[in-house]
Amino acid sequence: MNLTAVKAIYIFEMARFFRTLTQSFISPVISTALYFVVFGSAIGSRIQEVDGVSYGAFIVPGLIMLSIMTQGISNASFGIYFPKFIGTIYELLAAPINFLEIVVGYVGAAATKSLFIGLVILATAGLFVDLNIQHPIAMLAFMVLTCTSFALFGFIIGIWAKSFEQLQLIPLLVLTPLVFLGGSFYSISMLPPVWQTVTLFNPVVYLISGFRWAFFGLADVPVGLSLLAIAGFTGICLVAVWWIFKTGWRIRS
Amino acid sequence: MRSILDITDLKKVYEGGFEALKGVSLSIHEGEILALLGPNGAGKTTLISTVCGITTNTSGDIRVDGYCVKDDYRAARRLIGLVPQEVNLEPFETVWNTVRFSRGLHGKRRDDAYLEKILRKLSLWEKKSSRIMELSGGMKRRVLIAKALSHEPRILFLDEPTAGVDVSLRKDMWDTVNELKRDGVTIILTTHYIEEAEAIADRIGVINKGELLLIEEKASLMQRLGQKQLTVELQDAVTAVPDALSDHGLVLSEDGRTLTYSYDTQADRTGITQLLGDLSAAGLVLKDLQTAQNSLEDIFVTLVEEGQA
Repeated sequence: MNLTAVKAIYIFEMARFFRTLTQSFISPVISTALYFVVFGSAIGSRIQEVDGVSYGAFIVPGLIMLSIMTQGISNASFGIYFPKFIGTIYELLAAPINFLEIVVGYVGAAATKSLFIGLVILATAGLFVDLNIQHPIAMLAFMVLTCTSFALFGFIIGIWAKSFEQLQLIPLLVLTPLVFLGGSFYSISMLPPVWQTVTLFNPVVYLISGFRWAFFGLADVPVGLSLLAIAGFTGICLVAVWWIFKTGWRIRS
Repeated sequence: MRSILDITDLKKVYEGGFEALKGVSLSIHEGEILALLGPNGAGKTTLISTVCGITTNTSGDIRVDGYCVKDDYRAARRLIGLVPQEVNLEPFETVWNTVRFSRGLHGKRRDDAYLEKILRKLSLWEKKSSRIMELSGGMKRRVLIAKALSHEPRILFLDEPTAGVDVSLRKDMWDTVNELKRDGVTIILTTHYIEEAEAIADRIGVINKGELLLIEEKASLMQRLGQKQLTVELQDAVTAVPDALSDHGLVLSEDGRTLTYSYDTQADRTGITQLLGDLSAAGLVLKDLQTAQNSLEDIFVTLVEEGQA
């Protein structure tokens, strides 16, 4: 493996993040604070505890998931779309590297950025509510896995997209509804039975449920199933990326 | 001479059915400068892109210093540097970081002293901390060269390096190319400009419609360029070249009024004085005389036209 190349891509991509560090840091802090003001204090004070957890604390895992999924996708999709857009992709194609090295570099950097943002949100949340994380290692593992798999997904979107509009299409039209309807701000047990069944077809439910279990020991679906869901999603994305580089789809004529 | 790049029967058919390369075969000698001339759409960029791995070939074989570009792509690509036609650079990054990135991408360990040497050679050292977007067009082209040289390649592809570049920068580029050649780098450049090929190339190739029409030492081409034609217009038409003039190899025009004599300007004796004497002795009255020189452009246009016929 050409580790020097992986490192070069990773450092180059992280440099973009550090150039806009203020935006990268302040934006999630402000939006998290707003969520807590609106959901945690204004609305949350009128909502009773969910399975013994205050509503303010209950929404923390969902909030983090919401951010790391969208950030993972946007960072990775932009990371690979931008070289395509400005034409610098030629350098990647002409370099002595394989698809795995390109993916590790880009997806690794995008996952690191979203992990950083997830941790910033967690720290910010700690200022508003008491957080007693029951399974910290599992929590971190879920975060890393989610950041990585969604960065992979974003990488695919970045290769697929032919315009900046297309780049926004899937995050806006598919991901945001799935995350909001995936139990970010509620337990699916609060839903009528029919909708509980329908919700189980939403893959995001499994991710949020597993992540919430790591925090409070509460889960809508078994933790093993959550892990299986995230592993399956990562596997599908990996196969898709492998196929893209094998065929040169939308990158090599 | 040892060859460093061997291309055999290279074909490229794009998805829509367009045949960009129709079985190109070519060997590049180590340490030479080869200029590939050709009109727009001739297949120059496709040829370079296929060697570099940006485009996949439909059939044929490409070997860089013996390494197949498909099976041994890592070894092959490590030897190649590419300066693309378009100025494709990350606008927000600094010169230093973007050049360092290129070196790392090729698996080379960090070597700041080497990168400093390149940037100094290309007069970019003072701008190393500037963002690409702050540079002039000429500077950006130099950054592209610096990136291509960052991993110490043995073969450098320059795709239209002086397209849209002013005269003084073009001259600077030629100096840079010659300096690289002195350092032992093999250079393949594509160009529209015949004078560019004349100025810096060791060999010249002409490509059109995906076919290599000619590849020849510049020196022998220049010999062909050394040919001049003397056109003699006669007062009265003749039906044939008089026997007394048969040794001069004259060509009579269809209307019988013009005789064309070809001679070598580099030769000790052009034979013009003798010819004029013989013309007079044969009783031919001259109306006018004209001379014209072949240029590389003539050869190029003729080849391209023949290719289109």
